[in-house]
Amino acid sequence: MRFDTYDPEHFYDELFQSSQTPRPQGQVLIDKIHRLPDGELLQRQRAAQEALCKLGATFNVYGETEGTERVFPFDVIPRVISAQDWNFLEQGLKQRIHALNSFIDDIYNDQKILKDKIIPRELILSAKGYLLPCIGLKPAKGVWCHITGTDLVRDSKGQWYVLEDNLRCPSGISYVLENRQVMKSTFPQIFKEIPIQPVDEYPSRLLATLIHLAPNTISRPTVVVLTPGIYNSAYFEHSYLAQQMGIELVEGRDLVVVDGYLQMQTTKGLQQVDVIYRRLDDDFMDPTVFRSDSQLGIPGLMEVYRAGRVAIANAPGTGIADDKVIYAYVPDMIKYYLDEDPILANVPTYLCWEDQQLQHVLANLDQLVVKSANESGGYGMLIGTQSTEAERQEFAQRIQANPRNYIAQPTLCLSRVPTILGEEFSGCHVDLRPYILYGQDIYVHPGGLTRVALKKGSLVVNSSQGGGSKDTWVLCQE
Amino acid sequence: MLSRVADSIYWLNRYIERAENVARFLEVNLNLILDLPTRVQQQWQPLVATTGDKDFFDQHYGEANAENVIQFLTFDPQYPNSLMSCLQKARENARSVREVISTEMWQHINAFYWLVANTAKDLALADLNQFLEDVRQASHLFAGIMDATISHNEGWHFGQMGRLLERADKTSRILDVKYFMLLPSLKHVGMPIDELGWIALLKSTSAYEMYRKRSNRHLITPAEVADFLILDPDFPRSIRFCAAQVERSLHLVSGSPLGSWCNPAERSIGRLRSELEFLTVEEIIEGGMHQFLDRLQQQINQVDQEIFKTFLDRRPIHTHLQVQSQS
Repeated sequence: MRFDTYDPEHFYDELFQSSQTPRPQGQVLIDKIHRLPDGELLQRQRAAQEALCKLGATFNVYGETEGTERVFPFDVIPRVISAQDWNFLEQGLKQRIHALNSFIDDIYNDQKILKDKIIPRELILSAKGYLLPCIGLKPAKGVWCHITGTDLVRDSKGQWYVLEDNLRCPSGISYVLENRQVMKSTFPQIFKEIPIQPVDEYPSRLLATLIHLAPNTISRPTVVVLTPGIYNSAYFEHSYLAQQMGIELVEGRDLVVVDGYLQMQTTKGLQQVDVIYRRLDDDFMDPTVFRSDSQLGIPGLMEVYRAGRVAIANAPGTGIADDKVIYAYVPDMIKYYLDEDPILANVPTYLCWEDQQLQHVLANLDQLVVKSANESGGYGMLIGTQSTEAERQEFAQRIQANPRNYIAQPTLCLSRVPTILGEEFSGCHVDLRPYILYGQDIYVHPGGLTRVALKKGSLVVNSSQGGGSKDTWVLCQE
Repeated sequence: MLSRVADSIYWLNRYIERAENVARFLEVNLNLILDLPTRVQQQWQPLVATTGDKDFFDQHYGEANAENVIQFLTFDPQYPNSLMSCLQKARENARSVREVISTEMWQHINAFYWLVANTAKDLALADLNQFLEDVRQASHLFAGIMDATISHNEGWHFGQMGRLLERADKTSRILDVKYFMLLPSLKHVGMPIDELGWIALLKSTSAYEMYRKRSNRHLITPAEVADFLILDPDFPRSIRFCAAQVERSLHLVSGSPLGSWCNPAERSIGRLRSELEFLTVEEIIEGGMHQFLDRLQQQINQVDQEIFKTFLDRRPIHTHLQVQSQS
């Protein structure tokens, strides 16, 4: 297979400047692919997919009874990020996470940003993710968001934007690690020739971040991953991370509060737990404090947490920052808390909550992407340019019924990467989710998950909506 | 080790062993049928009886013919002990302890599951033999991989207990049914069909070759076969062997010396093992084979229950008082 007829069209292509002219960071890769014998690439693509299937790298799809488990489709053509671009992203992400952490700490404690009227108080109070039981909490070492996955996109000029912040329990890192493992065995030669930043450090970094949270008096803390169970869409990842870190994967039913401490039930009796990496939503963590119908949580957990006898990552309450209305204020937060200009831009966002902006949104529904403030996974959104009149009318009603819950953004022309569709290369739209750890300091994992829309022309990259993934190569500084 | 994790490893092994035994039953029956004179009616009913789920079969299938029984035992997704269901549950359990078992184990279970699931879609009867052999091999491979790729610590021992208790149970069931089925032919000792039946019984437990080697006798008699499958100290599918291994694993988990007991599970398995050590097959036959095997199955169940209560269900009672929003 060759790129001779590949045309980036008017999109920003991550590997090609124009037809037949690769970007500098893609040159070696393209040359290598051209030198493969006929049929070899397709063969390796199949082998890679099979290897992932064998690893059981699956995710579950909600709302389907049969065959709920699917393999996340994988494309062997990687996305390559230059050292220079990465430098920029790294700085921008560190700055953003720093500000977001300050924000969360502030709104659950002093609320300065509300008192100074930078963010309207009622927006916070009406946010689903703002949890009253978390008011006054002081998490260990002042960190709330230990693990973040920030969604980035690039427009047709190559300009980077932050699309979403995911601070509650972002998923996807396991695919990053497995994709790389598969790529290394699929194209061992290429890895010898191109200086690519390794990704394998993540589990050790994550474990260090978690251990850092334990009270200093405990020399060998017990750290666990808390999962909702095997039917959760990201279960594969929960068990993968526990395995890679060599710690227990627990479910709510394994844990119990006894004598003021969190304990897990083992074959030898109860054992104290010091740090939880929770992959459970805030609402479900403790039925005595949050949703009382939760079967997944641990009654009494919050009390133990408040007493500082267990650390939780991410801290309960961080979900407030996933609210897409709050997202719109992140540039203001950066200014307010850090007194810096934001390095990474937000996508311009209309808040339906403000009447003027609402009118603009309703008048331009066919141009905009409308998103519900609290849903993820590509659910609850309208892509104006690809919608029908009936869909727009229905959405207009939903927006008017609850304007606080909706935002709108211009339809971005996402950047593309050549991808194997059928037996040829097609340009497919991608986004990027880097992972950021906040322990002793802030660490940005090199690369992240590149999700790709595998339907021709589609802009939705979510795995639940038919998206796939690619390996992400961050080149080393020359 | 988390109690839930130990429980999953235990059941993971039980289900794989169960699947293997289902394949064995079918495989041997198919072979036996090939050898039977055409006028002799095909024997499918006993196979249903072996499972202990005759009621389910009668309800869903009715006649015990080849087609029905094969479907029932292999691919019936409704029947909880079909090959398909066993693999499904084994895989679910494996999934829930993926981070504890080795990657090799997980990959193999995954492949094993797909072997059965894909075959379930369209299996020509002609390929059934090959398929059953594949299942048996896959089960052996699983045991080997588990043996060679994870530490022989607590988890491994719980796996052993699951596998060996299941095996003891299945050996006793198949013996029970075959003994009952072959018994009328005791009057016709020496007739070819009779011996074929007993050979089939030995083969379905992979015991034929070892039986020949051990007994050093050329006759295959019901008493000798029962003796071998129940009381042989060295054959890995004999009930006594299984019981001794389960006991060993239990003591390695608890740390208490063999010959003593520190929990009800150790007590019940110790009792069973020592009974098997000092029993003779003549005594068994005298008291009634069926009665003996029936009681044996109950004892095996009891060991299973005691293991569960001692190690796997340690939940303090007050956790059940979860606050519910019931009105």
